Amino acid sequence: MTTRTIRGQKNLQDITTGSPHGIGGSPLRPDGTLKVKGEFAYSSDMWHEDMLWGMALRSPHPRATILSVDISEALKTPGVYAVLTHEDIPGSKYYGLEIQDQPALAIDKVRYHGEAIALVAADHPETARRAVKKIKVEYEVLTPITTEEQALNPELNGYVHEPHEYKSHASGNICHSQKLVHGQGVTEEVKALADVVVRGEYEVGMQDQAFLGPESGLAVPAEDGGIDLYVATQWLHVDRQQMAPVLGLPEEKVRLTLAGVGGAFGGREDLSMQIHASLLALRTGKPVKIVYSRDESFFGHVHRHPAKMTYEHGATRDGKLVYADVRLVLDGGAYASASPAVVGNAASLGNGPYNIPNVRMEAIALYTNNPSCGAMRGFGAVQACFGYESQMDRLAAELGMDPVELRQLNAMSEGDYMPTGQQIDSPAPVAELLQRVKDMPLPPPLDLANLDIRELPGALSNTSHGEGIVRGIGYSVGIKNVGFSEGFDDYSTARVRLEVIGGEPVAMVHTAMAEVGQGGITVHGQIARTELGVEKVTIHPANTEVGSAGSTSASRQTYMTGGAVKLAAEAVKQALIAKGRKRYGWTHPDLDLVGGKVVSASQGALVSMVDLLGDEAIDLTREHHHRPTVPFDKETGQGFGHVQYTFCANRAVVDVDVDLGLVKVVELTAAQDVGKALNPLSVIGQIQGGCTQALGLAVMEEIIVKDGKVRNASFTDYLIPTILDVPPIPVDMLELPDPNAPYGLRGVGEAPTVSATPSIVAAIRQATGIALNRIPVRPEHLTGTL
Amino acid sequence: MRVTFTANGKPVEADDVWEGESLLYVLRERVGLPGSKNACEQGECGSCTVYLDGTPVCSCLVAAGQVQDREVRTVEGLSEENGELGLVQQAFIDAGAVQCGFCTPGLLVQTDALLDRAPQPSDTDIREALSGNLCRCTGYEKIMDAVRLASARKCQKVGTAE
Repeated sequence: MTTRTIRGQKNLQDITTGSPHGIGGSPLRPDGTLKVKGEFAYSSDMWHEDMLWGMALRSPHPRATILSVDISEALKTPGVYAVLTHEDIPGSKYYGLEIQDQPALAIDKVRYHGEAIALVAADHPETARRAVKKIKVEYEVLTPITTEEQALNPELNGYVHEPHEYKSHASGNICHSQKLVHGQGVTEEVKALADVVVRGEYEVGMQDQAFLGPESGLAVPAEDGGIDLYVATQWLHVDRQQMAPVLGLPEEKVRLTLAGVGGAFGGREDLSMQIHASLLALRTGKPVKIVYSRDESFFGHVHRHPAKMTYEHGATRDGKLVYADVRLVLDGGAYASASPAVVGNAASLGNGPYNIPNVRMEAIALYTNNPSCGAMRGFGAVQACFGYESQMDRLAAELGMDPVELRQLNAMSEGDYMPTGQQIDSPAPVAELLQRVKDMPLPPPLDLANLDIRELPGALSNTSHGEGIVRGIGYSVGIKNVGFSEGFDDYSTARVRLEVIGGEPVAMVHTAMAEVGQGGITVHGQIARTELGVEKVTIHPANTEVGSAGSTSASRQTYMTGGAVKLAAEAVKQALIAKGRKRYGWTHPDLDLVGGKVVSASQGALVSMVDLLGDEAIDLTREHHHRPTVPFDKETGQGFGHVQYTFCANRAVVDVDVDLGLVKVVELTAAQDVGKALNPLSVIGQIQGGCTQALGLAVMEEIIVKDGKVRNASFTDYLIPTILDVPPIPVDMLELPDPNAPYGLRGVGEAPTVSATPSIVAAIRQATGIALNRIPVRPEHLTGTL
Repeated sequence: MRVTFTANGKPVEADDVWEGESLLYVLRERVGLPGSKNACEQGECGSCTVYLDGTPVCSCLVAAGQVQDREVRTVEGLSEENGELGLVQQAFIDAGAVQCGFCTPGLLVQTDALLDRAPQPSDTDIREALSGNLCRCTGYEKIMDAVRLASARKCQKVGTAE
């Protein structure tokens, strides 16, 4: 057998850090040094001495019947080791996060532009590219189903999945639906109680996660017939759970190790190249690396659901909300991905952080031949927030009220009830967060005499020297849940080992948590230090040798896997103290581990951990389960469905060039309750990063899909904010502990991505007086040339 | 073809290079320097920025053959000779400017070049200089902090040396 060298594996070994910082401090990232030295091995950096390159053939059509696939010419290409189609799949041909509706390789039809049909393994990426071009596919091209009207009329337009193929309980081209009725719903009697009514239709374009590290990984065939996969993902165990049946292998023969992850934001919740590389590696007997190009990345992962939303709000003359009547239509695209859960979030969170006595809501996700949509930061709460916050501004204008005061008047707080009937049983400082962003100092007004044109809309393009520039200010607030909902037992596992290494006590933390950049491993070190009174902590590589850590999504990892590390560390502490009691006969009730010693609060240090441990290692694994939730009732939407809620408020200040329709966000302020900031530097980084993705959705980011075809699959044409587009983002962090959560913490990653977008649009509206019912706002929306 | 050039002060040689390969591919896949990153491979994101004869370039846009006999300096070459982190590298860690880190190598090279020509850049100068480097995680605030920190430390260091 050949010597197997996977190059660049420093982060695939234990990383040890020493730091005095426990929770509440901001120690440096354990992976920071490797990252700034260029030595941190991302999934695309994996390299094996005899590896092949894998590549997929993807459909140019959004909807077609596959009449034939001829791989013979491709197979003859020198340097090509294998060409595979669905016929070569040894196990189940379908996979999926919630509904197993997606073929690993297209079978008899393609359902979206970019669907994978065949795979090539070759000795060089260019060889693979040329071989892919030689695969001949005969299609019968069909008219794609791309709109709500088309999808809801299957008699005329047919089905994305034939009815007998449905793995979902919904019908027609509806992937999932959730209704909700709160109070008396919306009846004529209820409507009669409202003095004013505002109604709006809103639209959200398709946003992309646009993480920088492309989908990639290395699959290495193992001697036992299994596979070792080094991959960038958000959840190792759910990848394995979906891969094993397709590969025809038992789960224990599918071993995953987390390679460096270059961002995720929901786009790595679904499988991308995992099955493909593994199929090629198992067939050829050689390691196979797949690295998506940027354009393939746009086709290779799900996006944020585009939405069409109808909101009607009734209120009394003094501004009290009476009812909300809401319909949310999410385009789920060709395959279900996380659509059912996204719908659940949209329905349950889609009325915002407001007390509305009567609500009628329906949220649906459609199957269409558009690109598949699923998880992206904010997960179903983002689209709705643009809708309800636009409505709040409209209502405030109708009533002649201050938009912040209107929001505060209706803001929910601890003890209030969600429209789902769930009581908010921890702090919900919605009104206070709004007050905080309102009270923060404003940036200086535009000074036409002392302009640096680089700070104006259009910036370096030298499009204005101050003429036609108007300033506006807007506010918004949003709500997001933390953790997986609707009855899902969303647990995390952590293993903590304590032993003496080099004369000092060292804690090792081993989890399967996907570190995607958020800093979870930094926090694990802090928790271990706090609980065990050590300085040195080793982070073991994340892999499937330990139990599941759940997904790095839903703002849940510090809560869930951080909570598991806390439990495991506490268990190790108790085991060590028990060892001391047995050896020394201590009877003190007040023992703790501090500064490398066992300490009694009343009598001081008793013994060093080094002496007590000796040659023994204490190695314990614990699972952390959050409190149970229940599924929402299908018809009424009632149920204790969410684990925790999180809130963020924003104020945006914008300058708009009304002649050219260009927007410069001057400042974007955020106030967020984080419960307890385990690592303030990282928490602020999350809030600022989350605000920035919201800015992208407000004014620049959209995958343009025309007739089911993606038109801008590149960073030339899909614009994400640059450092010139992003303003200073002052953050006001509130820490009101949640009694149900470890250390009182609240998940932080998503709330700002939910809430910040509408504040920017509100500011543009204030500057221009234009209604703006669609995001992203484009220049033509502002110049009236649309 | 065979390509020979200098990478981080050391002579390197790559054999069997296909003419269509970029400098980025040769660095990452042939000479064992995967620090420069492959986020877009069309010159939009700046993640692959390296010095080529002292000028920052997107290595994805440089054909392998173009670097024959020239000098390349990558993120792997930004550390001090004794292996200690360079000033810009340390500032990025200290300021919390590294999250996923995929943009970091390109930003480090670009920042290094900026502070070389303008040791005390204004905020707008920093934004202009780094506008070709996309970051998806941080919202750039901590990157601004990192560049300001590196600038302050660099000026202090120069002041001390003088």
